Amino acid sequence: MEIVLVGLNHRTAPVEVRERVSFTAEQSRRAAEELRARGILEETLVLSTCNRSEVYGVPPESSHESAGGLSSFLSEFHSVRPDILGVSLYHHYDQAAVRHLFRVAAGLDSMLLGEAEILGQVREAYRFAHEHGATGPVLNRLFQGALEAGKRVRTETDLGTRPMSVASAGVKLAERIFGKLSERKALVIGAGTISEQVVSNLRDRGIAQLHVMNRSRDRAEELAKQFGGEVVGWGEWETALKSPDVVVSSVSAEEAVLRREMVERTMVVRGNRALFLMDLGVPRNIDPSVAELYNVYVYNTDDLSEIVQQNRNARESEIPLAQGIVEEHVAKFLSWQASVELVGLVDALRTKMKEERAAFIRSRMEPMKHLTETDRAQVEKLMDEMLEKLLLEPAQRLRGEKELRRKIQNVEALRDLFLSNREKP
Amino acid sequence: MNHLFPILTALAYILSFGLYVRFLSTGKKLTGRLATLLLGLGLVAHYFALLERSRGLHTVPYHDLYGSMSLFGWLLALTYLGLELYHRQRSVGAFVLPFILVFFLAAHLAPADRLSPPAAHGATFAFHVTLSILAYAAFALSFVLSLIFLGEERLLRNHKVGDMVWRLPPLELLERMSQSSVLVGLVSIAIGTVLGFVWVDRLSSQYSFYDPKYVITLLVLALYALYFRLARTTAWRGGRASKLCIFNFVIVVLSFTVVNLYLSHSHRYF
Repeated sequence: MEIVLVGLNHRTAPVEVRERVSFTAEQSRRAAEELRARGILEETLVLSTCNRSEVYGVPPESSHESAGGLSSFLSEFHSVRPDILGVSLYHHYDQAAVRHLFRVAAGLDSMLLGEAEILGQVREAYRFAHEHGATGPVLNRLFQGALEAGKRVRTETDLGTRPMSVASAGVKLAERIFGKLSERKALVIGAGTISEQVVSNLRDRGIAQLHVMNRSRDRAEELAKQFGGEVVGWGEWETALKSPDVVVSSVSAEEAVLRREMVERTMVVRGNRALFLMDLGVPRNIDPSVAELYNVYVYNTDDLSEIVQQNRNARESEIPLAQGIVEEHVAKFLSWQASVELVGLVDALRTKMKEERAAFIRSRMEPMKHLTETDRAQVEKLMDEMLEKLLLEPAQRLRGEKELRRKIQNVEALRDLFLSNREKP
Repeated sequence: MNHLFPILTALAYILSFGLYVRFLSTGKKLTGRLATLLLGLGLVAHYFALLERSRGLHTVPYHDLYGSMSLFGWLLALTYLGLELYHRQRSVGAFVLPFILVFFLAAHLAPADRLSPPAAHGATFAFHVTLSILAYAAFALSFVLSLIFLGEERLLRNHKVGDMVWRLPPLELLERMSQSSVLVGLVSIAIGTVLGFVWVDRLSSQYSFYDPKYVITLLVLALYALYFRLARTTAWRGGRASKLCIFNFVIVVLSFTVVNLYLSHSHRYF
């Protein structure tokens, strides 16, 4: 009942390799089927995201032996030369594989520490593999444990609660003023990459209405079309500033695009309804004195970068707590794994002892002609009782005592010791 | 007198306060739910403490300073709980619970009142007093919410976005909560005042219509109505409205202290 993991991620492979080794849903299903059909793995699960492709499995033989087969399979399946793939792949076995998966589910192994999406991706990969019959008791238990650990890390730590980019920090700050953005309007001035990131964040947070203003109308239309917004003509400030709650500006301009008197006039028209201004331009697009106006909140790139840095530090300070939760769940899984293996070992030992007992009685009772059949049956029964008594207590303790299971680190060694011909339970 | 219910009340409120503080610092949902649950249990125990005392002294809870303060604390807790459930927001619990606790505990330290009970009782009088105290509790809550608003607004304007800002309710929600609270207070004080005049009218031989308390109560009513109007629709929304709400509560405190103790003929503790 060993576990093997072979995969690559953003740390070990460049994007060119990652995109060649990624799996679509259909490819995941086919790969799992082939791996089991070829006898490389008994249980299989493929986890493929934009930052990682990993195959988890339970091999019929030793996990170290199957890892080689798995690497070759991946190379063949994706038609990538083994020497190219080989440098990017990592192999983890048993405890290390379990720990790796739990860290992945917790967001500790992500490119963006604590990102929320990975837990959903692990859940989806497990649901897909389970539905297609690719998983068995070991992977079921393993992935349920990983999801549990990931969920606990999300709810019990601050690892994923704070925004980690300037764009998301700005949008989250807007939520500190207005609450949910689903009934709010936004105006985005500029249509470059930064504007696009902010618009994407605003859309993710459910902004109700989006207007885009840009010097080049074509680019504004392109961005508006991409995110379901409307275009406002460049310079139509009176109209453009009347209704939005959030204004994001990221254009290249030598002078401030939004001057104090413009915003002052707008605030009168708006009846002093709160206005959140995000100035992401360098040089600044918004006159700094606008921040002095009543009910106007202005954040520039430096302000937001500082918040992101604070959040990064805060997230990093949560790592020990998250790791503690992961370790707790790793220990829980290993304890379950040990209990299954040890109980299997005791059963195998019982079978072996019964066989030994039968052979022993046959050879030793052969000369004892004076014993009747009833006497012989009685002796056999007594020996069976003694064997049961010898094995009952250890079996019960193995089932009931977690600490004892934890202490027995190497089940293989016990199997070698008591079952000389290495019978697998 | 049995001290079981007062002890249970104090314990529940203290634990609830601790959990609300923890919820504010960690954001754990379970902690927040437990804080609300304990506040609910505190309310029940507090109710029985008030009931038991009233039965023991054969009087209404607001007959003396102890009763008035304790009833005020109970109604403040009740209004807050209603507001928390209505707006699904428990981050401000850590700021409201100290007020509830102070009123509950201070009530126990207040000197025993040896004065005879008021000359008239009955349902009209009971509703008049209870609704008036409910109104003051709701105004106290809007005062706390306005203070939180100003604090959070200041942090956001000065770009001091620490842990606290991420946990507190959004500014607009704080405004809505404060307005809801003022609405409860306005309705209560309007009905309570009308009932008061009805009661005085019935006993016009004993009570004068010219009590400074009436003037200040009508002033409070007018000021909160003004706040309600300004905070919702005009250029005053936001910080200015919150400052007005705080000013209004200063008038409420004056009504409770200077007017009740030195100027009013018929109002002592409410």
